[in-house]
Amino acid sequence: MSASNYGTIVKVAGPLVVAKGIPGARMYDVVKVSEKNLIGEIIEIHSEESYIQVYEDTSGLGPGEPVVSTGHPLAAELGPGLIESIYDGIQRPLQKLQEASGEYISRGLEVPALNREKLWVFKPLKQKGDAVSPGTIVGEVDETVLIKHKIMVPPGVEGKIISITNGKHTIEETVCVVETDKGPVNISMLQKWPVRVSRPYRQRIAPDMPLITGQRVVDAFFPIAKGGTACVPGPFGSGKTVIQHQLAKWADAEIVIFIGCGERGNEMTDVLIEFPELKDPKSGQPLMKRTVLIANTSNMPVAAREASIYTGITIAEYFRDMGYSVALMGDSTSRWAEALREMSGRLEEMPGEEGYPAYLGTRLASFYERAGRVICQGDDSRQGALTVIGAVSPPGGDLSEPVTQNTLRVVKVFWGLEAKLAYARHFPAISWLNSYSLYTDIVDEYLSEAVNQLWPGLRKEAMRILQVESELEEIVRLVGIEALSRKERLIMETAKSIREDFLQQNSFDPDDTYTSMKKQFLLLKLVLAFYYESEKIIEKDFNIGDLLSLKVREAIARAKYVSENELSHFETIENELREKIAEIGHKAQEISGKES
Amino acid sequence: MIREYRTITGVAGPLMIVEKIHEVKFEELVEIELSSGELRRGKVLEITTDKALVQLFENAQGLDLEGCKVRFLGRVMELPVSGDLLGRVFNGSGKPIDGGPAIIPEKMQDVNGSPINPYSRNYPNDFIQTGISAIDGMNTLVRGQKLPIFSGSGLPHARIAAQVARQAKVRGQKEAFAVVFAAMGITFEEADFFIRDFKRTGAIERATLFLNLANDPAVERVATPRLALTAAEYLAFELNMHVLVILTDMTNYCEALREVSAARKEIPGRRGYPGYLYTDLATIYERAGRIKGKTGSITQIPILTMPEDDITHPIPDLTGYITEGQTILSRELHRKGIYPPINVLPSLSRLKDKGIGEGKTREDHAQVLNQLFAAYARGKDAKELASILGEAALTDDDLKFATFAEEYEKHFVAQGENEDRTIEETLAIGWKLMSALPRAELKRLKDREIEKYMPV
Repeated sequence: MSASNYGTIVKVAGPLVVAKGIPGARMYDVVKVSEKNLIGEIIEIHSEESYIQVYEDTSGLGPGEPVVSTGHPLAAELGPGLIESIYDGIQRPLQKLQEASGEYISRGLEVPALNREKLWVFKPLKQKGDAVSPGTIVGEVDETVLIKHKIMVPPGVEGKIISITNGKHTIEETVCVVETDKGPVNISMLQKWPVRVSRPYRQRIAPDMPLITGQRVVDAFFPIAKGGTACVPGPFGSGKTVIQHQLAKWADAEIVIFIGCGERGNEMTDVLIEFPELKDPKSGQPLMKRTVLIANTSNMPVAAREASIYTGITIAEYFRDMGYSVALMGDSTSRWAEALREMSGRLEEMPGEEGYPAYLGTRLASFYERAGRVICQGDDSRQGALTVIGAVSPPGGDLSEPVTQNTLRVVKVFWGLEAKLAYARHFPAISWLNSYSLYTDIVDEYLSEAVNQLWPGLRKEAMRILQVESELEEIVRLVGIEALSRKERLIMETAKSIREDFLQQNSFDPDDTYTSMKKQFLLLKLVLAFYYESEKIIEKDFNIGDLLSLKVREAIARAKYVSENELSHFETIENELREKIAEIGHKAQEISGKES
Repeated sequence: MIREYRTITGVAGPLMIVEKIHEVKFEELVEIELSSGELRRGKVLEITTDKALVQLFENAQGLDLEGCKVRFLGRVMELPVSGDLLGRVFNGSGKPIDGGPAIIPEKMQDVNGSPINPYSRNYPNDFIQTGISAIDGMNTLVRGQKLPIFSGSGLPHARIAAQVARQAKVRGQKEAFAVVFAAMGITFEEADFFIRDFKRTGAIERATLFLNLANDPAVERVATPRLALTAAEYLAFELNMHVLVILTDMTNYCEALREVSAARKEIPGRRGYPGYLYTDLATIYERAGRIKGKTGSITQIPILTMPEDDITHPIPDLTGYITEGQTILSRELHRKGIYPPINVLPSLSRLKDKGIGEGKTREDHAQVLNQLFAAYARGKDAKELASILGEAALTDDDLKFATFAEEYEKHFVAQGENEDRTIEETLAIGWKLMSALPRAELKRLKDREIEKYMPV
């Protein structure tokens, strides 16, 4: 290296390195640190000195070593080959890292994110002479059996196609040439996009349909819209990760991006083992064929953890731009915030709440705001949606802490997990009293069309019963269940049934792990049928115990295990229920008739 | 060539500043020679062009600015490893204290380790039988898991850990097994208890001990678990052993970390602990696991005492976010004289689902576990209600559940300190207890299994 093109390290403190005199140092440009070639990013500049966060372990670095700027910001590689990949926080494929350095991750490895040799069959969708603008789809590639990877004209390129090919190419080869004002531009299947900048679209539009997840408490009570945002805060052991996994498995998004941000290594392994085996309920294909994984586990370098959610959301936006519905799960955003805090501390910034930097709120907001439903760029007005679901790990389960509070200010759905429910093995441990969704109106409208017009009514009634239960519980706790009227007993019993027979869902049971909207409707209808039918006779004179110990109630309790192709079974149970309750009513009438 | 410096310009607590340095690297190991000739060690925490901030691993007593010589050794802290580690006792910074010779190293291994590539991990799913019903039956431990014991002062966590170390086995397999024990700031008596127990059972032959006792320098504790895990990694992944690592007491470790952080005047996070406590703990706990293509494994049982039994305290809280579950001890059960006083309800093993069932333990295990859990929870609720309203307020069923809860604690949870129950024995006790409950309430059991296993 000549003296003119590198700077030198003057300070090393953990993941923060300060270097002097880097030529052409620009904010957020990627730099190579020392001869070990560690990857870093400039996050602060003071005259001569650049402050660099290094994405790899910095032990062994010292003052005097060189730092070179690449002149580019941290960017994600976008193109065929993304699906089924597992990346670290700065988009290095973990499988390639293993090939390069064995089972432990060593430093300074440079591995391209996308395979450069693999040939993809490019099918042109435009012809020579067609006018194209940024976002226009010029061709497609069958990336997996599920995903057609659309090759789009990159931002900033507009003109007429002067040539377009057909057939097998690597991602770097030119597949299309566009004549623009500034001359011909070669288009390959590979694009790069800086991760900290959101990708352009033509127009944002409001969400109008739910993301069906097959999780009853979510779909029925606290639904999320396609293009919406949600957060799942909860103390440890409350099942955050299981919920995130369930959503990643079953949500009816076309593409799923799962970011393991500062979490357990074994959990990522679990996903890696399970996803190729699990089948997508709609297509019957392995879930992995629509999934991109980003794994930056808790013991991997902290600065790369900060980058991981940006890498993930950039890939997600890219697929959204193709017109897909994309779901992104981040587990956990608290670890990302902690990475931010650690860097902030090293930069000796003035801290905000609990040591977090004062810009925590704005960073979180701008991350979640990258979600949404859009009309994509291009000539066909296709629509794409990006749904973002972030887990939050509040210390001690205390929701008043800054990460949770700043997240709640921007997200529209809140699934509050409670340790109390988890201890009682009520899973998913989403509290029905504290959680909320601001999409219920949109979703009600959609579901009364798509499933049944009774849907919104049933949902509201079930919620009402649960609310009343929580009030009655207070009374029971003070004076015992005997103090309740029969009507109130009925409400308590129905609420119990809603909780146990509808809301509780066993993610390890093959029939219960995913519930279609049709089955959800039938199940909720069945659970509430007990209430409606009993209410008809509740004024009559009979022993409430007879009603509560009806054998058919066991069938209700087991109804969630009815498989999706035997849904007619629900009607049988419901008919029997009607009959048995009516019987009790008749008997009561007869007895009171005789007495009078 | 290693240069010697006599340019210490300040010592404060566990920190030391050396000036006018040349070619020093971050995290480099530092050797300090006192005027008496005694050697101490430390590592570089921060460097600028002419100044290094050094964290001492040992106590600062006797350090002076004129007489001391400082050498930067050009390498990070390493542990000499070889198969001879077994049967040896070291101090908290890795020096032998059993009177034996120094280890002749097969190789030198960086104590900080490197993160395991998640892609290279093998998912832990081999059932470890500890012989303790409350663990095996309810919150099963599997090979490669990190399952801490959340305890409180005065509770018998040491006895439980020793019992696990003594009895743990994977059934039907005779495989090389080792115990690595790291003591951080515990008392001599507690350490002695473990050593005597290991000696009594002969386990000492296949154990490696790292002891930092309460009167040893606190900063040394920061290195102790890393040394232990480096030894464990060598035994597990190079010598193909199944290693059980016991780390006690993580609370003392975190306090040492806080001491260093405070001395550096870092901005504190919750309760004065550094903001990077989570990341730091993760670099310890995440060193458990299995690796594809290797036979060995590392299973971790860290022990921590929760200050004031408060589970929301940052140490148990952050630990719980990293580890794969937790075994929680209960003061209430301990007062009732129940050993082991494991509070089954809030305890959790995240990996149990993959480690139990047919071919692992027994087909009915999952159902029995869920049913026992539900029944015990209900029984506890009923007891609570009875304590407010009197037993008369309970329904017949609830009364049965209340009695069940009582019996469950007495017969299922409680057992002898040397009682090594097989999983079949554990499940049989469970079935026997459940036979006292109304059949209609046992919704989580399968009919076929009730027929097969329920005693009449």
